[in-house]
Amino acid sequence: MASSLLSRPSPPCNTHTISFSYSLASPLQWPSRHSSFLKFHLRPYQRNPSVQAKIREIFMPALSSTMTEGKIVSWIKSEGDVLSKGESVVVVESDKADMDVETFYDGILAAIVVGEGETAPVGAPIGLLAETEEEIAEAKAKGASSSNTVPSSAPPAPSFPPPSPVSGTVSSSPKKVALPPVSDGPRKIVATPYAKKLAKQHKIDIGSIVGTGPFNRITPADIEAAAGIAPNSSTSNAGSVNVASPAPSPKTAAPAPPPSIPGSTVVPFTTMQAAVSKNMFDSLSVPTFRVGYPVMTGALDALYEKVKPKGVTMTALLAKAAAMALAQHPVVNASCKDGKNFTYNSSINIAVAVAINGGLITPVLQDADKLDLYLLSQRWKELVDKARAKQLQPNEYNSGTFTLSNLGMFGVDRFDAILPPGQGAIMAVGASKPTVVADGDGFFSVKSKMLVNVTADHRIVYGADLAAFLQTFAKIVENPESLTL
Amino acid sequence: MQASISLSVSSHSSPAASTKSVRTEEFICINALKPANVRFCGLRKEILGFYALKGFDSRPIELSGRRSSRKLSASLSENGVPSKGFDYDLVIIGAGVGGHGAALHAVEKGLKTAIIEGDVVGGTCVNRGCVPSKALLAVSGRMREFQSEQHLKAFGLQVSSAGYDRQGVADHANNLASKIRNNLTNSLKSLGVDILTGVGTILGPQKVKYGKVGFSDNVITAKDIIIATGSVPYVPKGIEVDGKTVITSDHALKLESVPEWMAIVGSGYIGLEFSDVYTALGSEVTFIEALDQLMPGFDPEIGKLAQRVLINPRKIDYHTGVFASKITPAKDGKPVIIELIDAKTKEPKDTLEVDAALIATGRAPFTKGLGLENINVETQRGFVPVDERMAVIDKNGKLVPHVYCIGDSNGKMMLAHAASAQGISVVEQVCGKDHVLNHLSIPAACFTHPEISMVGLTEPQAREKGANEGFEVSVAKTSFKANTKALAENEGEGLAKLIYRPDNGEILGVHIFGLHAADLIHEASNAITLGTRIQDIKFAVHAHPTLSEVLDELFKSAKVSSVSSPIKEPVAV
Repeated sequence: MASSLLSRPSPPCNTHTISFSYSLASPLQWPSRHSSFLKFHLRPYQRNPSVQAKIREIFMPALSSTMTEGKIVSWIKSEGDVLSKGESVVVVESDKADMDVETFYDGILAAIVVGEGETAPVGAPIGLLAETEEEIAEAKAKGASSSNTVPSSAPPAPSFPPPSPVSGTVSSSPKKVALPPVSDGPRKIVATPYAKKLAKQHKIDIGSIVGTGPFNRITPADIEAAAGIAPNSSTSNAGSVNVASPAPSPKTAAPAPPPSIPGSTVVPFTTMQAAVSKNMFDSLSVPTFRVGYPVMTGALDALYEKVKPKGVTMTALLAKAAAMALAQHPVVNASCKDGKNFTYNSSINIAVAVAINGGLITPVLQDADKLDLYLLSQRWKELVDKARAKQLQPNEYNSGTFTLSNLGMFGVDRFDAILPPGQGAIMAVGASKPTVVADGDGFFSVKSKMLVNVTADHRIVYGADLAAFLQTFAKIVENPESLTL
Repeated sequence: MQASISLSVSSHSSPAASTKSVRTEEFICINALKPANVRFCGLRKEILGFYALKGFDSRPIELSGRRSSRKLSASLSENGVPSKGFDYDLVIIGAGVGGHGAALHAVEKGLKTAIIEGDVVGGTCVNRGCVPSKALLAVSGRMREFQSEQHLKAFGLQVSSAGYDRQGVADHANNLASKIRNNLTNSLKSLGVDILTGVGTILGPQKVKYGKVGFSDNVITAKDIIIATGSVPYVPKGIEVDGKTVITSDHALKLESVPEWMAIVGSGYIGLEFSDVYTALGSEVTFIEALDQLMPGFDPEIGKLAQRVLINPRKIDYHTGVFASKITPAKDGKPVIIELIDAKTKEPKDTLEVDAALIATGRAPFTKGLGLENINVETQRGFVPVDERMAVIDKNGKLVPHVYCIGDSNGKMMLAHAASAQGISVVEQVCGKDHVLNHLSIPAACFTHPEISMVGLTEPQAREKGANEGFEVSVAKTSFKANTKALAENEGEGLAKLIYRPDNGEILGVHIFGLHAADLIHEASNAITLGTRIQDIKFAVHAHPTLSEVLDELFKSAKVSSVSSPIKEPVAV
């Protein structure tokens, strides 16, 4: 019967985990594909080891020898539920079948890290188990800081930061302190089974609702009213087995989804697309700005022709150039984790956006400033092959510190990239095109020019920083000999 | 046909209700935790009745009867001639599915047979159990499909909205019961079984009286007697059944109302099936289960999966580990009030206020008035004690000659088809052929959407047996997800589980949760009955694409050690 859940105590903290935890809080490399990886980095974030030890992580188990990742079919337990050893907690879909996964430990399910319908690699934490109630909040905070608090089937309510500039973690997800059966409050709350389910789903405190049903009981309609959603037509009830039920009911503030146009088809996101969507949404909380810069590429093109036979790609050239420029402007390679600090990254890891059948992934060229052009090209080829075979390891797509996106090959002359959460800047590269250029002496000439546009987090990277970085980058590209050194 | 239906309806509703409530009070024998309390219809030979009716509706019954009997072999064409000195070879008390099965087989064996029925032919199964509930479940299944937008969308179907007419649904159940009851009656009549009306009482060895209350009794003698009086819903004390807001399965099947919120006491088969029906019709349900887990009695793994599909996503919540110590029907403007106490500590736990409560805590044997004292038999918790051949055991532990008890009243396996199988087994014995029924080969099913079915041992039972008897137990599983037909139906949710001995390939148990599980189980139950081993059955061919391939794959995925020698048992050479 099912396999047991691999939960183990979090390792005690050590000093260098800070850099990891950074990547935790700023989850996905932009267009990273599985929202779950970042969970990988959940492990280290303990600030207080003695307490931490009691918060256990629930890991994605290996249900078969061939299984590399698993999809969460459903969470049998919800956040706040008390678990006892041997109880089924979550249902995982492996390559073959759905299996119940049981817990080895007693405790309280403090946070669900990987929501229903999402996928996580084997061994990645998918939930947090607290030993006592006091630890729930703490565990929750950790879970929340991973920005993946919400099971995807739940309404996105908590992921909307409150309108006030207060930090997102406060966004209240009311604790369901008392478990349904025993509600011996001063006032007896009577709610129907479906009303309770809805309240839990929409994170509504059932104690705050005034029932309008028979005998003043709380009905599903009361909860729907409180959640600010139009009651679903009565048919939508029961029946359907829950796949991420697409009835997102944002809080009252959010507008109702537009009516669907007749005849339209709805195709649910794949795991990768859902992760992209989520990341994109998360990116809205970062104040960004953009700076564009024209770069002459005649010399680069010439160099490219020379090194092409040796297996060097344009991507490698651009990544190398960006890395070399970043080495001179570490702030552009930094990131802002909590709105209070600069986090300077020790390595320059260039993530390169790659379109992959129906999705996006960002293989990472690690230490791009240190590797020579040929090694870098070779490394890039390996990464692309792996990406195609879906064999990229998490650290091969989520360790980027700066992202490069190039749409030049499609003839795009310039575009604007969205900054992936967790990074300081992203560079959007347009096509290199012959352009009439006038020089200071009034001479016209035709030169290959490409426009690059960098989006950066203005909390840490300011306009002058970016301008200086771009200037350096342009200089390197225009005098590309140094790239081959 | 029409006339008989309306007749049976009226005779069914008013007097039945009153007599039944009397009965339920009489029977406080406890069988609350017995899991196998659902009623299935193994209406053996029911086909006869159908055949008789088909296309001949307008003809008198005698005609159709004769026609169908002509189709049978000569030995079946008439009831037998009794042995010397007896009115009958076999008298069966109770014309439920068990008595019916026994009677048909007795006639086939040439026994002169009578059946005594004090209520209506068909017993619980046909009138107040599995038959009408299947009609309701057929409706609930369709409602579920119409209500599931995802499901419809996946098919590209558009249904504006699903609604139902309560009375129409109720009529469907009632009409089905009438029809099956008539089929049963006709099949008995066509074979010449004497149907004697009244309450049967055993007067002494081989002597039975019967008659309606207030009329003179008739006394008959019989070489052998089978008790097949069945059971009635069990209502624990403290629960006041009013038939309107606090009801048993008897009332629930009539579907006189669809409450907004219904508590179901007991989460066994009966409770589960009713939760399926009532939630599909719009009720919300709260289960009250005395044990710590819902669905006790099912293989734990199947139970878990079933809970995930049948409980969690529906408008159902539950309280486990609690007894309903007191249930008061709705009155004086108050809802139904249910007081819950902890099952272990008996401490008050909670109070529920709901619109209706369905008591599905199991069934109590109906043996009162049988005259068991006249043959020195004492019931145990209401059940008639029997040996493995269904022969009745008296107070002193001795077999009572010529008296047998089958079905719910012996409590061995409270399933309609088990009763019928036991009846056939008894008839075999009284005809001089020893026969012991293997209860582990009797399948059971729960007709939820999707269905649950099982035969043989659960995994914990098998492991325990293996530990005691020193054999290894293995488990194989297949998913409906991999089955073409199931996917075509968009019903990939499901699991089949095989529990077997890897050393010799013996099938110990099979459990299925998924589309049409109840129909799929029989390949496994037949294999167990016939002693077919996995290594043999895995070569059986299944049509593609069918759901039966789930079992095909299941058998094929089992790993039986290949070194089994052709000599099964140790033999001296």
